[in-house]
Amino acid sequence: MWENIKDFASTFFVTGDPLIYGADVSIALTSIAIVFVLTYFKKWTWLWREWITTVDHKRIGIMYLIASLLMLFRGGVDALLMRTQLALPNMKFLQADHYNAVFTTHGTIMILFMAMPMMFALFNLVVPLQLGARDVAYPFLNSLSFWLFLMGAMLFNLSFVIGGSPDAGWLSYPPLSELSHSPGVGENFYIWGIQISGIGSLATGINFLVTILKMRAPGMKMMKMPLFSWSVLSSSIIIIFAFPILTVTLALLFLDRFLGAHFFTMDLGGNPMMYVNLIWMWGHPEVYIVVLPAFGIFSEVVATFSKKKIFGYNSMVFSMMLISIVSFFTWAHHFFTMGASANVNVFFAISTMVIGIPTGVKIFNWLFTMFRGRITITQPMLWTLGFIPCFAVGGATGVMLAVAPADYQYHNSYFLIAHFHQVLIGGVVFGYLAGIYYWWPKVFGFKLNDRLGKWAFWLWNIGFYVCFMPQYALGFMGMTRRLYTYGSDTGWDLGWAPLNLISTVGAFLMGLGFIFQVWQISYSIRKGERDLTGDPWGGRTLEWSIPSPAPMYNFAVEPQVTTDDAWWKVKEDRAKGIKPAPVKYEPIHMPKNSAIPFVMSVCWFIAGFGFVFDWMWMAIPGLIGVAICLLARSFSYDTDYYIPVDEIERTEAALRGRTV
Amino acid sequence: MSQHNTGHEHASGESHGSLKSYVIGFIFSIVLTIIPLVIVMNGLLNKTQTVITIMIMAVLQLIVQLFFFMHIREGEKPRWNVMTLIVGIIIVLTIVGGSIWIMSFNSTVQ
Ligand code: HEM
Ligand SMILES: [Cu+2]
Repeated sequence: MWENIKDFASTFFVTGDPLIYGADVSIALTSIAIVFVLTYFKKWTWLWREWITTVDHKRIGIMYLIASLLMLFRGGVDALLMRTQLALPNMKFLQADHYNAVFTTHGTIMILFMAMPMMFALFNLVVPLQLGARDVAYPFLNSLSFWLFLMGAMLFNLSFVIGGSPDAGWLSYPPLSELSHSPGVGENFYIWGIQISGIGSLATGINFLVTILKMRAPGMKMMKMPLFSWSVLSSSIIIIFAFPILTVTLALLFLDRFLGAHFFTMDLGGNPMMYVNLIWMWGHPEVYIVVLPAFGIFSEVVATFSKKKIFGYNSMVFSMMLISIVSFFTWAHHFFTMGASANVNVFFAISTMVIGIPTGVKIFNWLFTMFRGRITITQPMLWTLGFIPCFAVGGATGVMLAVAPADYQYHNSYFLIAHFHQVLIGGVVFGYLAGIYYWWPKVFGFKLNDRLGKWAFWLWNIGFYVCFMPQYALGFMGMTRRLYTYGSDTGWDLGWAPLNLISTVGAFLMGLGFIFQVWQISYSIRKGERDLTGDPWGGRTLEWSIPSPAPMYNFAVEPQVTTDDAWWKVKEDRAKGIKPAPVKYEPIHMPKNSAIPFVMSVCWFIAGFGFVFDWMWMAIPGLIGVAICLLARSFSYDTDYYIPVDEIERTEAALRGRTV
Repeated sequence: MSQHNTGHEHASGESHGSLKSYVIGFIFSIVLTIIPLVIVMNGLLNKTQTVITIMIMAVLQLIVQLFFFMHIREGEKPRWNVMTLIVGIIIVLTIVGGSIWIMSFNSTVQ
């Protein structure tokens, strides 16, 4: 009996590595600390009522933000582990298999569990406010999306201490990811973690598409909509068409592993190349999913801090919509070397270069907006200014990679690693950080400290170049990606070692930047400058017309929109002495909180965990739980209520009393 | 939702299909699922015929889903439905056609 238990435990838990034992201990201690704090301060009901069951887009956004910052930490630690291992030749810091697991979890977490939720955080925190709406189109679904994402992410992260991490790369190519080559449970964690959170991502895409099409304030025609909302629309369109491809591809891989099917195996008619083809049909659009909202953020930030209308609004809209469609026609540039016909490579090389055109248009529009503007260098503006040169270089190296014959040299080398980090960090991460700094006062009611923020910015920005510029050279010198170590011959004689060492220093500078940001947030919570006006930056769009943080119903009265930059117009009218129409409150229709999204996601987690270990006694009850939750929702009719007028009056009086 | 309507009441008062149309749709989709299953399980047709039948059944299934469950004909202004449907078809054609084109190297290599 004891023997059996010991046997089970030694395969169930990951053992043997001191790093992992350290993680075990810290996870256990953190969990105990959280439970203790919640119990000691009697916060359990608060947590349940105000957060876990909430359907308020602002709170869901905050939860997304916290989760994504935690994931940035985890992914960042992975990155530093790898950079430490590569700092010098023949390092013995990580073993080969451990290195494989670390780059796999780093890539997957950064894209799916860091970038996506940080983007959803901004969707939720900003879009309804920009549109003058009181919530998203489907608040219940919104909460469900969040909990599915979180449970998927938890399942994926659990693999670190239970069962073993996936280690077949962030896209899990077969045949390596097939049962024959990866018999452990790691790939199952990968599949189910992504599938469960993927349902949530798809639902969020639908939710924001409908919100933008249907919930705009009266008078806000599509072409009067703020550009961030346009970017969310284009990103949502891509999500809706791309995520199903990912779901199907991973489902087929699961069938291979679980039922012994042969979609992607080497034998019996299977073809692993088909997986590569399919996964990139999602994978390429995915990079546009995450970068388009960053473009939207830059458009808002540049206009606000140049005190000018954005230059070329129509071309901005047109180029984003164009990108969202053309992004579906470039996927094969990720496997030029697969051996498809020359015609295939020519087509995809050209389509890839074509997509650079609308992107270039946008860069010029930002520059022209700043030209002769009254520019103030605030934190959001700093990140935007850091982004422009970084993204321009990243785009240029992207066009180099798009030259199919040349790609035979660059493919899977450190040149590629440097390129995609340049667009992902310089474009996506800088963009989201600009957005977070910009809307932070709206969300939390105080600004983030400037001095610490500038430190963080410069550490990130300099660290970035120090880390990734040497990698372009390393790529040319023959260093391939996913390489866990190199000898002193290549290290010293060929000169890889000095460049790698510099690169590692850069990575740690960025880590230091992150620490400054944590410091900045915790400092500003206590001492940050409070935002009492609701419009700390002199904004142009509707979210700045209401107090910060916004009251639960956002807008006491539906705003009437006549132009783009609607709030700017109101301010101009006020300056001219035009009196706003007297307000008359009406009861506000609001959705009720619900526990179903949380419970259903927990059931999905249980089902997913069961499938990972092939434990049907666990998977089936989990799925039954999901079905029960669906039924329960279908038969619940008491889902909404009205906020009475006197309550609105009281809230507004309190808020406005403070602001005006 | 909070502003205009709840999930149940629609401004224009259109309905979400009748029980009858749901039952018909359900029967259609079951039949369309069983046909390929029977063909494959009993080896009734040769390989090409089987593949073609499965594909035809799949397309019919798609149409049934769109009309009986997704209410493609409803909505005050079906413009959005039509637009998304067109984009959807373009993407599907790209996926299928693009994959065949890209993967055809396989037959030249072997
Ligand atoms: C914070 C600074 C970062 C550093 C220092 C860093 C470092 C690294 C390193 C060392 C690798 C492994 C290279 C190899 O051995 O092949 C890697 C891979 C990767 N990184 Fe990062 N990274 C950072 C941020 C990010 C971000 C923000 C993203 C995405 C949003 C990202 C996405 C990826 C992906 C997709 C891979 C490929 C994983 C694979 O080969 O399967 N990284 N990164
Ligand atoms: Cu791509």
